[in-house]
Amino acid sequence: MITLQNVTLSYRNGKTVKTVLDDVSLHVPAGKTTVIMGPSGCGKTTLLRLMSGLIEPTSGNVTRETQHISYLFQDPALLPWLTAAENVNLVLTDKKETLGEAVEWLTRVGLEREANTYPSALSGGMRQRVALARALATDAELLLLDEPFRGMDEQLHADMRVLIRDCRQGKTTVIVTHDAQDAEMADCRIVFGEDKKIIIE
Amino acid sequence: MKVKNIKHWLFHSRSGKLLTALLSVALWLIVWQLAAQRMNQHLLLPAPITVARRLCELVTTKNFWLYTLRSLLRVVGGIVTGVGIAVLVSALTAAFRPVEILLSPVITVIKSTPVASFIILAMLWIADDILPVFISFLMVFPVVWANLHTALRSIPDPYHDLSRIYRLPLGRRIRRIYAPYALPYFLSACRSSLGLAWKAGIAAEVIALPALSIGKQLNESKLYLETIDLFAWTVVVVLLSLALETLAKLAFSRLQRANDHRTTAKEEGI
Repeated sequence: MITLQNVTLSYRNGKTVKTVLDDVSLHVPAGKTTVIMGPSGCGKTTLLRLMSGLIEPTSGNVTRETQHISYLFQDPALLPWLTAAENVNLVLTDKKETLGEAVEWLTRVGLEREANTYPSALSGGMRQRVALARALATDAELLLLDEPFRGMDEQLHADMRVLIRDCRQGKTTVIVTHDAQDAEMADCRIVFGEDKKIIIE
Repeated sequence: MKVKNIKHWLFHSRSGKLLTALLSVALWLIVWQLAAQRMNQHLLLPAPITVARRLCELVTTKNFWLYTLRSLLRVVGGIVTGVGIAVLVSALTAAFRPVEILLSPVITVIKSTPVASFIILAMLWIADDILPVFISFLMVFPVVWANLHTALRSIPDPYHDLSRIYRLPLGRRIRRIYAPYALPYFLSACRSSLGLAWKAGIAAEVIALPALSIGKQLNESKLYLETIDLFAWTVVVVLLSLALETLAKLAFSRLQRANDHRTTAKEEGI
C-alpha cells in the first residue's frame, strides 16, 4: 500500500541541519493494521505525514497506491464554529442529507448527545473522539491515526480499539501510538529505537 | 454604599450610560451657547439654538432630503465597492504571492497618500459626481484588504491539512473554513473604516462640488458667509455619521453574535 525507499527528511534550523528521519525504508502492507511505536520525538508523526503526502521527503521516494486517505491529526483540527455533527459531515458531503450519517458516527464513538455541541464545550478526549468519528466516516482506503486514544480513560480506550478494528477489517490502517498495549491491534509493527533507526518491522 | 450604587448605575447600566452621554452633550452645548453669547457675532459663532432653528427649517425642504440622500448614496456606493473589491483582492493576494508583491506598492501608496492630494489628483480624471464615491472607496479598500489578507494568511496549518487530506472542494473550504475564520477581522476593518469613508466622502464633495450634495451646500455656505447654514449642515454631517456608525454597529454586532454563538460553549440535545 505504502512504500518508503531510502527516505531522509531534514530541515534547516539557522546554520544547523536537523535530520528527523535518516534513510528509512519500509513497506506498509495493504489491508492490514500497522502500528508505529517509539519514544517521543523520534519522528513517528513525521513518518505519518510523509505517508499521507502532506510533506515531501528531502531525499528518497514515497509511493502510495491510493489517494483516498483519511487522517486523524495529533491536533484534532475541529472547526470551532461547527458543531460536532457538522465537523464530521464536513468530510462527507456537508449537506443535510448526510447529517444523519454524521450523527451515527458520533453515536458509534459514544457522543450522540454531543452531536449539536460546539468543540469549545467538549473535553479533550471528546474532541479526539469527534476527530476519530470524522476520520472513520469517509471509509477511506488508507486510514492514518496519530495518537487516536489521547485523553481517553481505559474503558474508552478499549472501546475505541474495538471500533477501529471492526470498522477497518481488511482495510489499510496505520496507527501511531506510544502505548505498548495498542501493539496488540497490529498485524505489523514499526518500532523506532532511541537512535531513530527502525529496529523491528 | 448608596454613592457606590449610583456610580455603578451611571457607568455600567444601559440607561445610566445614556444619561451620562446626554449630560456630556448638554454640557458642551451650554459651553457653545455661552461662547456665542460672549462673542455676540452670528457670522463667527452662531448660538446652538439659532443653528437648531435653521436645521428645523432645512429639514422641511425637499432639497435637504435630496442633497442628503445623494451624498449618502455616493458614500455608501464607495464603501460597498471598496469592501467588494477588497474581498476579491485579498483572496488573490493571500492565494498567490506574486499578486501580493505586484499590488503591495499600490496599496502602500493608497495608504500613505493624504486624502486631499487624492481628491485633487482624482479631480483631473474623474467626474465630480463620482469623485466622492472613489474617495470613500479609497478609505475602505486598503483597511479591509489588509485585515482580510492577514486573516487568510494566518489560517492555522491544521485547517489546511484537513482541506488537503479530505480534498474539500473550494466552495466548501470558503464557506466552512475561510469565511468564518476571517469574519472577525472583516468586521473590525469595516468598523474602523466606515466613519473615515463618510468624512472623506464629504470632504471630496466640498472640493469637487458635485450638484445635489451636502459638500456643495457646505462650500456655498462658506462662500456666502452663511455661517448658520454652515453649522447646520455640519450638524447634519455629524448626525449622519453617528447614524451610519450606529447602524453598522448593530448589523456587525448581530453578525458577530452569530459567530460567537457558534464558537462559545453551548449544549443541546439533538
